[in-house]
Amino acid sequence: MTPQPPARDAASVAAAHQADADAVHGDVSVDELELQSELSGADATATPDVAAYALRLGDDALILSQRLGWWISRAPELEEDMALGNIALDLLGHARSLLHYAGTASGRTEDDLAYWRDEHEFRCAWLFQQPNGDFAHTIARGLIAAIWMQELYTALARSTDASLAAIAAKSVKEVAYHRDHAVQWTLRLAGGTEESRRRLLVALTDTWPYTDELFRDDELHDRLGDIAPRPSSLRGGFDEIWSAVLAEAEITEADFTNSKIGQSSGGGRHGHHSTHLGPLLAEMQVLARRHPGASW
Amino acid sequence: MTRDVVMATASVPTREEAWRIAAAVTDPEVPVLTIEDLGVLRDVRIEGQTTVVTLTPTYSGCPAIDQMRDDVLLALTVEGFREVRVDFTLSPAWTTDWMSDAGKAKLEQYGIAPPTHRAGERQGPIPLSLGVKCPRCGSLRTREVSRFGSTACKSHFECLACLEPFDHFKVH
Repeated sequence: MTPQPPARDAASVAAAHQADADAVHGDVSVDELELQSELSGADATATPDVAAYALRLGDDALILSQRLGWWISRAPELEEDMALGNIALDLLGHARSLLHYAGTASGRTEDDLAYWRDEHEFRCAWLFQQPNGDFAHTIARGLIAAIWMQELYTALARSTDASLAAIAAKSVKEVAYHRDHAVQWTLRLAGGTEESRRRLLVALTDTWPYTDELFRDDELHDRLGDIAPRPSSLRGGFDEIWSAVLAEAEITEADFTNSKIGQSSGGGRHGHHSTHLGPLLAEMQVLARRHPGASW
Repeated sequence: MTRDVVMATASVPTREEAWRIAAAVTDPEVPVLTIEDLGVLRDVRIEGQTTVVTLTPTYSGCPAIDQMRDDVLLALTVEGFREVRVDFTLSPAWTTDWMSDAGKAKLEQYGIAPPTHRAGERQGPIPLSLGVKCPRCGSLRTREVSRFGSTACKSHFECLACLEPFDHFKVH
């Protein structure tokens, strides 16, 4: 960026301030960031529809990762600190690959997409935005998320889009650990003390309404055809695992559902979000926005 | 051999030489393992004057891959390779099946229990655990403390015989 010659008008004063800021923070502006070959590796460029799809999945992974990162130093025991941190790290890896690929359609980097979109531009489902709550809420959310992701990535690994297939085949192996973690904790909480079981049931009651949104088809899936599995086609596999876990935990659906609480209308896939996403983004994006191009 | 010939030889990159140098780069988190032992080094090829090295990450989020890329670039540059590029690939997905037997032996000696078997079929929703040998005393009386350890690729165990904690490199 070329410094402007000294002058007294407001525009040049602003430019001078910008030059000072650049001297401190570096002169990288978002538009000038080069598109780097990141971990998705492929030189492939996503079509607009594939990019829109990758953005949804990338946002799911990114937002859940950001939520889980909060637990670091706060989990009930050291091993859980490491477990939740590891799961968050895996999800961040998935998000990077997916957002990188999504960005190839529009010339944006994964960081542009993570840090420089506003709330209405995110496409994550509501489940992933839900607050951490107590530990049981985090486990209930993680259980639904991991069972769904495992079904999704298993199917997506057969995508006719080579980049999506590669990301899915990589991710599904890691999500298997996440599901295992959530299942183990679900069983421990359900079969632990009266209090742990009570809390798990409260958490399932609060979290279950955000399940249905994950399985809704829309016009994007119609257009994608064999590139992506239809969300509704994942429901059977999800229900099978879900039922097996509940049976092992000796929980019935009647324990955490009731006729007064239906399924959330959601809307995350079209940019309509719960009240929880905004504050999460504010925290996640503040550093990148305050110091554009900063690195260490 | 004249000086000119020596210089000319050094300036023509060969794949074997590049592979040997890249293969010696170690994992920053587990320094006894080379990236070849790990199965992270997937390919080395010469494209004109450019040496292209392909790596695959172990786990998607593993930050060590950036360090490995830098170390490969540095190692080859130091040895006189002028144009070096490192590409990443995700497919086929990395598996501990690619870990060399030498690598597994080095891991155990280093105090990390190596992968116990080949990556199998998908597990059911209710997991089963397999016996892992303590790398310190050799006992099979061990217990998994947590599926998640000090890095993404390891889980955390304790030995019920010698009572020491240890890392286990997960089958993946």
